[in-house]
Amino acid sequence: MKLRALAHSRTGDKGDTSNISVIAYDPADYAHLAAHVTAERVREHFRGIVTGDVVRYALPRLGALNFVLTGALGGGVTRSLALDAHGKGLSSALLDLQIPDRP
Amino acid sequence: MKTVRLGAGAGYAGDRIEPAVELAERGGIDYLVFECLAERTIALAQQARMRDPAGGYDPLLDARMRAVLAPCRRRGIRIVTNMGAANPVAAAGRTRAIAREMGLFGLRIAAVTGDDVLEAVRAGDFVLEDGGRVADLGNRIVSANAYLGAGPIVEALAAGADVVITGRVGDPALFLAPLVHEFGWAMDDWERLGRGTLAGHLLECAGQITGGYFADPGLKDVPGLARLGFPIGLVSEDGTVEITKVEGSGGRVDLATCKEQLLYEVHDPARYIQPDVVADFSGVAMVQAGPDRVRVTGGGGRPATGLLKVSVGSVDSYVGEGQISYAGPGALARGQLAREIVRERLALTGVAVSELRCDLVGVDALHGEALSARHPPGHEPYEVRLRVAGRTGTLAEARRIGDEVETLYTNGPAGGGGAWKAAREVVGVRSVLVPAALARPAVQVIEA
Repeated sequence: MKLRALAHSRTGDKGDTSNISVIAYDPADYAHLAAHVTAERVREHFRGIVTGDVVRYALPRLGALNFVLTGALGGGVTRSLALDAHGKGLSSALLDLQIPDRP
Repeated sequence: MKTVRLGAGAGYAGDRIEPAVELAERGGIDYLVFECLAERTIALAQQARMRDPAGGYDPLLDARMRAVLAPCRRRGIRIVTNMGAANPVAAAGRTRAIAREMGLFGLRIAAVTGDDVLEAVRAGDFVLEDGGRVADLGNRIVSANAYLGAGPIVEALAAGADVVITGRVGDPALFLAPLVHEFGWAMDDWERLGRGTLAGHLLECAGQITGGYFADPGLKDVPGLARLGFPIGLVSEDGTVEITKVEGSGGRVDLATCKEQLLYEVHDPARYIQPDVVADFSGVAMVQAGPDRVRVTGGGGRPATGLLKVSVGSVDSYVGEGQISYAGPGALARGQLAREIVRERLALTGVAVSELRCDLVGVDALHGEALSARHPPGHEPYEVRLRVAGRTGTLAEARRIGDEVETLYTNGPAGGGGAWKAAREVVGVRSVLVPAALARPAVQVIEA
């Protein structure tokens, strides 16, 4: 299944760093997301776009994960040549991630 | 128990104006806050001020003040905003003139200054966050503004200001300041400062917590986005906040919209670093307290770092851009051919680009070939638009990029239409941390 079926997401930008939240619609799915949406998988998904680290923060009380991607915005919002310099669309791209069906 | 009602009237410089009027007239709020200063806006404002010493404040200041001053005066709502940008004193003067024109005599308007630390960072030996020294930017540097905390805004409110106009301050501080003023929170009550920062963070992007930047039809539907209501934060003395919006306005306030905004532009949720406090969002809990009403608890805080973040704006480079569209059968192949031609032309004619992007809008422009390839289209797109953007060392060279795209009209593939070109100077913004004492905030109050 696609991540989009279980979670919603929003992208924020600071300099050349993007953060992408992944939030379970149903808190019961949080453990499944935490098991399969790892920093490594996110890094792999954005290979070619993200040049730096991907760090994951967990917020179990909210059923949410927060990914921080450095070197993700073409050198920074203010100087990027990208059409979407803020990387607003990265959240939608992440929701395209394939994850295993719920057990 | 006392509750302070904060309304967010704008989430960025160009935001809609009438939702703020709706908040002032029907929101039952005590404070109306406009956050209008993005990372780079202040650098561009500084350039505007260099051209016109009376300028350099938000271009929409007039329109916003004309729309809300009267209803705010009528209901005793105080206004806090960073629309002063590079020139809060001129913005306050302009606001006084507008107030007098509207017959709002006696209105007290404060200007908060001291965020401009250009001379101090030039003189010091500071290393930029991404490496390199500030001093090495030489005369390319156009601005250096420190993110001030809530302190000077609190001072302005204590002095009786009805309108407080700042330059660069931490965005949540615009909301934290009224809370410190109303509740008398100590500036070392880290937990309350952290919670007030949380409230400010949730509110600062206005419509982003009431259903804006959220809708995804079929999965996340939002009613009435064309008349999206802006948020209201009802804050208690202990810093607990309830987020809601004006009854009858468009949008939605629920756990999903509030969670998305909680993490917006946040890195480590346990360390949300602001001038006044290091806020901790890691233990935050939310409950739906009623229709379009979410109660947020569990925020915390730790002592401020003693450092201020400074945004340094400098002339970085020049960017030239050109676009042209192709449609109908074979559009994709013609777009790809056009892309190859432009690449070759730029090399042939010796345009020195340090970085170049040649995207096909509708195909691979946003996330490149790798991600786009995972979404193979079932059929060829009906139309594509070539977008070429390149970085150069001069404006003249930047112009040649758009020129090369435009010449595709008569020299390129069949049916190229709607060519467009532009070239611009790029003011880049980088960060540096400085000791808090480097900035010397000051408050001036004038009366209409």
